[in-house]
Amino acid sequence: MAHKRREMLLDPLVDNNPITLQVLGICSALAVTSSLQVAFVMSLAVIFVTGFSSMFISLIRNQIPGSIRIIVQMVIIASLVILVDQILKAYAFEISKTLSVFVGLIITNCIVMGRAEAFAMKNPPLESFIDGVGNGMGYGLILMMVGVIRELFGSGSLFGTTIFETVNNGGWYVPNGLLLLPPSAFFIIGLIIWGFRAWKPAQVEEREYKIQTVEAH
Amino acid sequence: MEELISLAVKAIFVENLALSFFLGMCTFIAVSKKISTAIGLGISVMVVQSITVPANNLILGYLLAPGALAWAGFPDVDLTFLGLISYIGVIAALVQILEMVLDKYFPPLYNALGVFLPLITVNCAILGGSLFMVERSYDFTESVTYGVSSGFGWALAITAMAGVREKLKYSDIPDGLQGLGITFITAGLMAMAFMSFSGVKL
Repeated sequence: MAHKRREMLLDPLVDNNPITLQVLGICSALAVTSSLQVAFVMSLAVIFVTGFSSMFISLIRNQIPGSIRIIVQMVIIASLVILVDQILKAYAFEISKTLSVFVGLIITNCIVMGRAEAFAMKNPPLESFIDGVGNGMGYGLILMMVGVIRELFGSGSLFGTTIFETVNNGGWYVPNGLLLLPPSAFFIIGLIIWGFRAWKPAQVEEREYKIQTVEAH
Repeated sequence: MEELISLAVKAIFVENLALSFFLGMCTFIAVSKKISTAIGLGISVMVVQSITVPANNLILGYLLAPGALAWAGFPDVDLTFLGLISYIGVIAALVQILEMVLDKYFPPLYNALGVFLPLITVNCAILGGSLFMVERSYDFTESVTYGVSSGFGWALAITAMAGVREKLKYSDIPDGLQGLGITFITAGLMAMAFMSFSGVKL
């Protein structure tokens, strides 16, 4: 049993990653990654919300009538997000300003709803909690990878401390401004997906049309 | 009037919800394989967006904002912390009502859009539109304009994306990039193209 739980926690990191394989929750993954600190706070918030919403939903799963389950799930998730939002506003106001609407958008983050619907409605609370945390971590992993690339090469620093001294400050590194702009996040995630699939060929999607070579006469 | 036009142009092109704020990406990537479905979804988002943003604006103005309950005799009450839960509630309820109204009075439209309506409740673009309206403190007319034009911008983006993807499926793409990977890179290129609008001011 302990072994199975560990699998449940670690499986969503690479083998069944919510972003690269299930295409869930990409909205915020792209928008908050231009600095690593913000990406880190966002990952923690999502891990917290997915873990606890799965646990609470699983606790009352036998009492929820099927027809209104979406609304019930939504209310639980929204309450947890309000909690996170208020805590951030109280203790990390600057970060909460940078995240702006994206904290609120955790409510509609498909990972949270997806795990509640697909896993927590059918499994006991502890397993659901572990599954929620695991999926939150899979999301966080991609977020941190994109965040590292964007902040290191875009502004030459990590977590706000300088790694490469930029030209403006008298150093040698010319920062790549493109990486701070929105489109770069798309490219980086696209390339990360390519990397994951080159590593685990089982995740490659089927082609709709096969290209065939025809011999010329 | 000029301000409203400039707000609309900004919401459609410069601050496109899909391509510069990445809102509604899950559906944007998942439902952009065919142009016809993309147009259907785009129109539903536009309709829902133009109803929910003004509705949430009224809720904020008359129920939640500090001092907004003065008409009911509670001038000191500040309910802004209930914002998130009421916006999502309003969105879920409005989508449900819209679905029933369409089913009763406009069956052809319901058959065309019906499948997409439940998807829209959890579409970040809808909730995001309402949250931006709150953050930028739009008044009622501005929020009507913003709702319609941001929905239109999203519809435009998903339709263009579907057009590109329909052609793309015939091309020879490396195995690992097949499907999701190349879609992301295409979206990135489209986002760069949309950035060229950022200098436009009216």
